[in-house]
Amino acid sequence: MSAASISNELVKELSDLAAHVCELCKAAGADAAEALVRDGNELTAKVRMGEPELVQEAGSRALGLRVFKDGRRAVTYTSDLRRKSLEQFAVETVALAELSEPDELNRLPDADELAKHHPELDLYDEAVAEVDAAWALQQCIAGERAAQRSDARVTNSEGATWSRNLGAVAFANSAGFVGGYRGSYASFYVEPICDEPDPKNPKKRNGYWWTASRFLAELADAEAVGIEAARRTAATLGARKIPTGEVAVVFDPEVGRSLIGTLFSVANGSAFWRKSSYLIGREGTAVASPLVDIVDDPLLPRAPGSRPFDGDGLATRKNVIVEQGVLRTVLCDVYSARKLGRRSTGSAGRGIGGNPGPTTSNLIMAAGKQTKQELLRATGRGLYVTSLMGFGFNPVTGDFSRGAQGFWIEGGELTYPVGEITVSANFDDLLKRIDAVADDLELRSSSAAPTFRVSHMMVAGSSE
Amino acid sequence: MPTVVPAQLAAPFLPGGENAIDATLAHRLLAVALDAGGDYADLYFEYRVGADYVLEEEQVKTVGRGVTLGLGVRVTKGDATGYAYTEELSWDRMAHAARIAGQIAAGSPPGTSPPPVSVDVRPVADLYPVGRPSLVVPPADKLALLRAADRAARAYDPRIVKVEASFTESLKEILVISSDGRMVSDVLPIVRFGVRAVSEDGDKRQSGSSGGGGRMGMEYFTGDRDAAAHGREAARIAIAMLDAVDAPAGEMQVVLGPGDSGILLHEAVGHGLEADFNRKKTSNYSDQIGQQVASPLCTVIDDGTIPSSRGSINVDDEGNAPRKNVLIENGILVGYMHDRLSAKHFGVQASGNGRRESFRSMPLPRMTNTALLPGPHTHDEIVASVKRGVYAKRFSGGQVNISNGDFVFSLTESYLIEDGKLTAPLKGVNLIGNGPEVLREVDMLGSDYELSDGMWTCGKDGQSVPVGVATPTVRIAKITVGGTKA
Repeated sequence: MSAASISNELVKELSDLAAHVCELCKAAGADAAEALVRDGNELTAKVRMGEPELVQEAGSRALGLRVFKDGRRAVTYTSDLRRKSLEQFAVETVALAELSEPDELNRLPDADELAKHHPELDLYDEAVAEVDAAWALQQCIAGERAAQRSDARVTNSEGATWSRNLGAVAFANSAGFVGGYRGSYASFYVEPICDEPDPKNPKKRNGYWWTASRFLAELADAEAVGIEAARRTAATLGARKIPTGEVAVVFDPEVGRSLIGTLFSVANGSAFWRKSSYLIGREGTAVASPLVDIVDDPLLPRAPGSRPFDGDGLATRKNVIVEQGVLRTVLCDVYSARKLGRRSTGSAGRGIGGNPGPTTSNLIMAAGKQTKQELLRATGRGLYVTSLMGFGFNPVTGDFSRGAQGFWIEGGELTYPVGEITVSANFDDLLKRIDAVADDLELRSSSAAPTFRVSHMMVAGSSE
Repeated sequence: MPTVVPAQLAAPFLPGGENAIDATLAHRLLAVALDAGGDYADLYFEYRVGADYVLEEEQVKTVGRGVTLGLGVRVTKGDATGYAYTEELSWDRMAHAARIAGQIAAGSPPGTSPPPVSVDVRPVADLYPVGRPSLVVPPADKLALLRAADRAARAYDPRIVKVEASFTESLKEILVISSDGRMVSDVLPIVRFGVRAVSEDGDKRQSGSSGGGGRMGMEYFTGDRDAAAHGREAARIAIAMLDAVDAPAGEMQVVLGPGDSGILLHEAVGHGLEADFNRKKTSNYSDQIGQQVASPLCTVIDDGTIPSSRGSINVDDEGNAPRKNVLIENGILVGYMHDRLSAKHFGVQASGNGRRESFRSMPLPRMTNTALLPGPHTHDEIVASVKRGVYAKRFSGGQVNISNGDFVFSLTESYLIEDGKLTAPLKGVNLIGNGPEVLREVDMLGSDYELSDGMWTCGKDGQSVPVGVATPTVRIAKITVGGTKA
């Protein structure tokens, strides 16, 4: 074991600590309490232009607490985990709860809701813990060098970055739930830069490519990542605006995964009871084209977003959000489910200093049947979007307008690069206009989508 | 009168504290950090106490409180940085972090010992004196503010169906000690108040928000900056937007209102002038010093010394004093914003822009309060001059691509301008442009220069820091509006 390793003994120790703090809260007068303990360890190594730029390495631990008293609640966190400090912390948290107002829904999950057993999901790889800074720097040097050598148009670099996170999560409540698990995650990025060759145009073009996994052996080869990063970056040289108008828009999987994240932001119980969603009242009806199927699945072994229990201590389960375009359910934690008069979907997430709220685990849009090439060929002409910028989404109305970069599609193929434009539509229309889905789904991060096409969207660009 | 830190909020590393760090101890720790051959090291101690109060559905749903304490150790060797941190201030843990950070220099010849650390904590400016930090004010006073905002929003119009109000406060104490012998401390108060209202009319639904704050205590809520005013403003926007129509698509004239529009500046030029990007020549402003990068009307500054503003600092997170830095003068690029590393690279003085989110991250060149200085016109003259265009008033944020200079920002309250008058409110829409190209299109500036009411947070490399922005009314001859209507 390396110094960074997270052992099962540590997970057990933290679980015991969480349970102990719940008892301290009860002793301090709380009706009920929940404690979350996180222990983490990070390593980041970055190389730029062949030289080490940063090595950051550290571990940290913190405890978050939520207590209930007479329907009131308080949420606190601390990184001071000395036994004596924790006693005082429990007393202060219980006192703090008295400032809030009673809400009968403010209580622990019902006992029958709590997870009874925790599936083993294989989320931790000791090989990730064994990586040291020197090895990580070597990966960076190899990846960046491959990018520079593969294409002479790569003239500069934002660098290559190898990082890992190891963590233990332990959660307990005063109704007897105790659980804990450990996880690992490693990622590698290469970010080349190309200078526009025309001296009158001082713009630079940046791009990136990446690989990530919970398991070291599943990471893509560093040089292959560098070469792909160079290809993607150089392809954007000479990007230009296109004229304003309505066109077919094809979204790259890198963008598609953020769009299904946008859908989740309005398809969750918290957005529903806060009236912050244009989807309120739409369950059981079509919210997307029949080609769209979206699930949230926390139980996939080894997957980046998997978790054996949720932030309320409930068993996790696969939830179908959209089935053939119909909104089947929205993801709920216990509180938002109670607000809506329904049962939690086991989707609670929680940070160290906050209330639980609905979160996604592995959010996945299902693959279609055709290849990406077939999809492009059938498109003929339109816009292929490789990245989006900005925050132009109003959850209440669904109005969606964001900056975009990509390529113009002509004759069924990607032609010249495009930039400094926006793509806009109401999100409801955007999802309903999806008329083709490709088969290129890859689960590298906790949300994933294949390439898909929206029949038409407004593109704002130049006046000509 | 400097900020008085009551005993219960005093950082344990300051004199008299449980883990008091004196010059001798700091010197020993720096020596460990430099042992492997590093050429510079600094220690950043931070103690932060924060609290938040949230009211939803006319009830105080949650109160929260948190404490963080830690030390970040940085060692540099040339342009390379080693960084480590610890949340435990025992000698063993601190020395361990110092050794880990120092490894960046492993393999190089033995380092020189650091000079002794000056015994006195250097005095810093006093830009945000708070006699009484908000954290010691009874919570009931804060809850009363939330209720006042909630009532005001609901009273504004019966179509307001949901109101959320929040109050967030923190007090951060820092101690920065560097291997060139400096030892500086500061106390940074901050408060932020926000209201969000949702309106409903038939099947139409809209939202509006208003907020503000600064490096202040409860005195923020004086004059017209009271809680009820924020409640009414959030409700006003939510109601006004019920009539919003589809925004136009394409290039057109745009007028930006005073104050918050400064986020255009923050995105269009601010980030590109942070010197780390220019040291690496990854910014589209690299090697452009002395060049015309904006219309001659534009003078842009970054000023960390505006009293009580959200982006102000008495000292940056590397121990340097903040300044009023001119970035663009009459359209000519004259300077960048520096941290220690970039200042050394360019052979200039540190500009007081080395900032970090917390002890867990290394400092980077960051903005403080970024401002476009005013011009000669009145607000009404500028609006009246536009035949057809968009008036932008409220924003939810922006983003920039440093390398090609493209930036976007999102409008949450905007209006069509027709024949010199504001007409229909527009649905949420983005503007997109290229930094230097858009700044060259600035052709009228108002005299109504305004500092944003402190609500903006800037993100870079995963680190968030509070910032301020300021502008007068601005007319841009041509920028792309990302609506849905051709």
